Amino acid sequence: MEIKFNEEALATVNKIIARYPQGKHKSALLPILHIAQAEFGGWLSPETMDYVASILNIKPIEVYEVASFYSMFNLKPVGKCLLEVCRTSSCWTRGAEDVVKHIEKRLNIKEGETTKDGMFTLKTVECLGSCGTAPMLQCGASYHENLTMEKVDALIEEYRAANKQRSYTDLDYKNTL
Amino acid sequence: MGKKLLIHNDKVPNIHTLQVYREHGGYASVEKALKSMTPNDVVEEVKKSGLRGRGGAGFPTGMKWSFLAKPEGVERYLVCNADESEPGTFKDRYLMEKIPHALIEGMITSSYALGAKTSYIYIRGEYFYVARILEKAIEEAYAAGLLGKNILGTDFSHDCYVQVGGGAYICGEETALLESLEGKRGNPRIKPPFPAIAGLYGCPTVVNNVETIAAVCPIVMMGGDEYAKIGVGRSTGTKLISASGHINKPGVYEIELGLPVEEFIYSDEYCGGIINGRKLKAVIAGGSSVPILPAELILKNDKGEPRLMTYESLSEGGFATGTMLGSGGFMVYDETTSIVKNLYTLARFYHHESCGQCSPCREGTGWMEKILHRIVEGHGKPSDIDLLWDIQRKIEGNTICPLGDAAAWPVASAIRHFRAEFEEYINNPSKIKDVKHYYSVNQLAGA
Ligand SMILES: Cc1cc2nc3c(=O)[nH]c(=O)nc-3n(C[C@H](O)[C@H](O)[C@H](O)COP(=O)(O)O)c2cc1C
Ligand code: SF4
Ligand code: FES
Repeated sequence: MEIKFNEEALATVNKIIARYPQGKHKSALLPILHIAQAEFGGWLSPETMDYVASILNIKPIEVYEVASFYSMFNLKPVGKCLLEVCRTSSCWTRGAEDVVKHIEKRLNIKEGETTKDGMFTLKTVECLGSCGTAPMLQCGASYHENLTMEKVDALIEEYRAANKQRSYTDLDYKNTL
Repeated sequence: MGKKLLIHNDKVPNIHTLQVYREHGGYASVEKALKSMTPNDVVEEVKKSGLRGRGGAGFPTGMKWSFLAKPEGVERYLVCNADESEPGTFKDRYLMEKIPHALIEGMITSSYALGAKTSYIYIRGEYFYVARILEKAIEEAYAAGLLGKNILGTDFSHDCYVQVGGGAYICGEETALLESLEGKRGNPRIKPPFPAIAGLYGCPTVVNNVETIAAVCPIVMMGGDEYAKIGVGRSTGTKLISASGHINKPGVYEIELGLPVEEFIYSDEYCGGIINGRKLKAVIAGGSSVPILPAELILKNDKGEPRLMTYESLSEGGFATGTMLGSGGFMVYDETTSIVKNLYTLARFYHHESCGQCSPCREGTGWMEKILHRIVEGHGKPSDIDLLWDIQRKIEGNTICPLGDAAAWPVASAIRHFRAEFEEYINNPSKIKDVKHYYSVNQLAGA
């Protein structure tokens, strides 16, 4: 994969940089890393991070140290659909452990693993601000709330059929709030 | 029905659009402030209102605003804290998603009061779709002349931008947030200097919660004195409470401060009681960082008086028998809940979220998670309870930012009020297998 933003992505990046005062363009780092992750396969490879550094004219180490601090940046490849199940208190009281076990069984993977076909990765995460609609999972920009096993099954089928990478920056988000 | 000032229009179709929002009186505070008040008038009204920060600490907003340094020729910033990552808290998301213009209006009116030409809304990265909703609202506001140069034909010009985070609870701490907004790791800064003196890019900065900023609009419209008449004592106005856990009606409720806790839990207007009519066991009233209280202490204080939803009433009795209003993340646990297992989920959370700068927090949160893990797995030792107690004591007060305290308090309060449950798990590990830790998903779906 060639690591270079297409024209559309580059226009967005430049728009973001313009939000910050002269000389403070490093502020744009997090939003640009999100775009880079979405554009270059769902994770941040060293090449991708070096490229972002070159765009912002900062040292690569400044990108690595930031990318490794925040949990939304994947430093290793993940499946096309990263299923992030909340496991914190309110979700736990309403059955988050069941959801994790159900997905593990259904996809035949353990938490943290990716299916052989590269379609799904299962991850547990901390409170996503959806405690009133627990249990829940996030995939890309979409929140899936008030989960039942049937809903989880339907979601997996839908994602498998669509066969596309899901990113936080997707516009076609779904939520149930 | 209590008075509602923030989300009274949440069910109006298309209230997220500028047109419908304005048809329902939206942006009147911008109009009023910019055309008939000086910035200082606005600050004075906010002072009179008694509004206290809705992000968790409850610091008086007017006072915070008056601390803002105003050196000649130096930019000032307003930064909105929309990081909302405190477990149990989802009120800001609701407000921004349903009525995005309520926040944008507050950003403009507040920035006028503070003399800020630029403001940023720092929103947690997971809320990406909410950031889109805000960005759309901002675009509409620019097109209508409510943002940009010479707003509504006045001398006041203002730009407002949204910035997404990367998934880190610590970025809700205001100085970590500023670091993150500058494109760095979210390591809290040593204070002083406070942001009011040296904040974003070293310039004077006010950081306020989403709900705090939205509340400025009704305050400007009704006047600070009128606003202060709502509520009890120094807990003025309305507050958004996000309720979750074992209740019949989880969700976001706007209450008048002073509502009895018992009414909030059991009334059909709010939480609607406990699922399946079960008994209440415990409540975490203000987000995961505040002390957990057993049923008898959350409904009544240690003097037997009904506990009210106010900053003062909830903290009555100190940490021995009280708690805090915090962010308004109200988590309810019924009689089936394992307090120890629940605490383990919280200890794991704080360990995961510690930024690692201070050793008491970095190491202490790790040890607390590890010890709680072995207890819930049935390998606890009798000495573990005192060990947990010692560790949390060594964290509290010994760190750069309050995350350390926030990690310590849940552990301390769980041991203080539910020590017998820890002992039971440690003495009879086989019992743990029998404990129904939580509702299964299908049990709830049927309920
Ligand atoms: C670990 C930690 C996390 C915090 N998270 C948030 C948050 O998500 N949202 C928020 O508004 N305040 C949060 N705060 C409080 C902020 O530091 C700050 O007090 C608040 O944004 C001030 O706004 P207010 O006065 O309007 O409440 C957090 C504090 C700490 C120590
Ligand atoms: S208390 Fe914890 S989160 Fe706060 S600065 Fe220290 S290590 Fe970081
Ligand atoms: S506890 Fe799961 S979203 Fe808050």
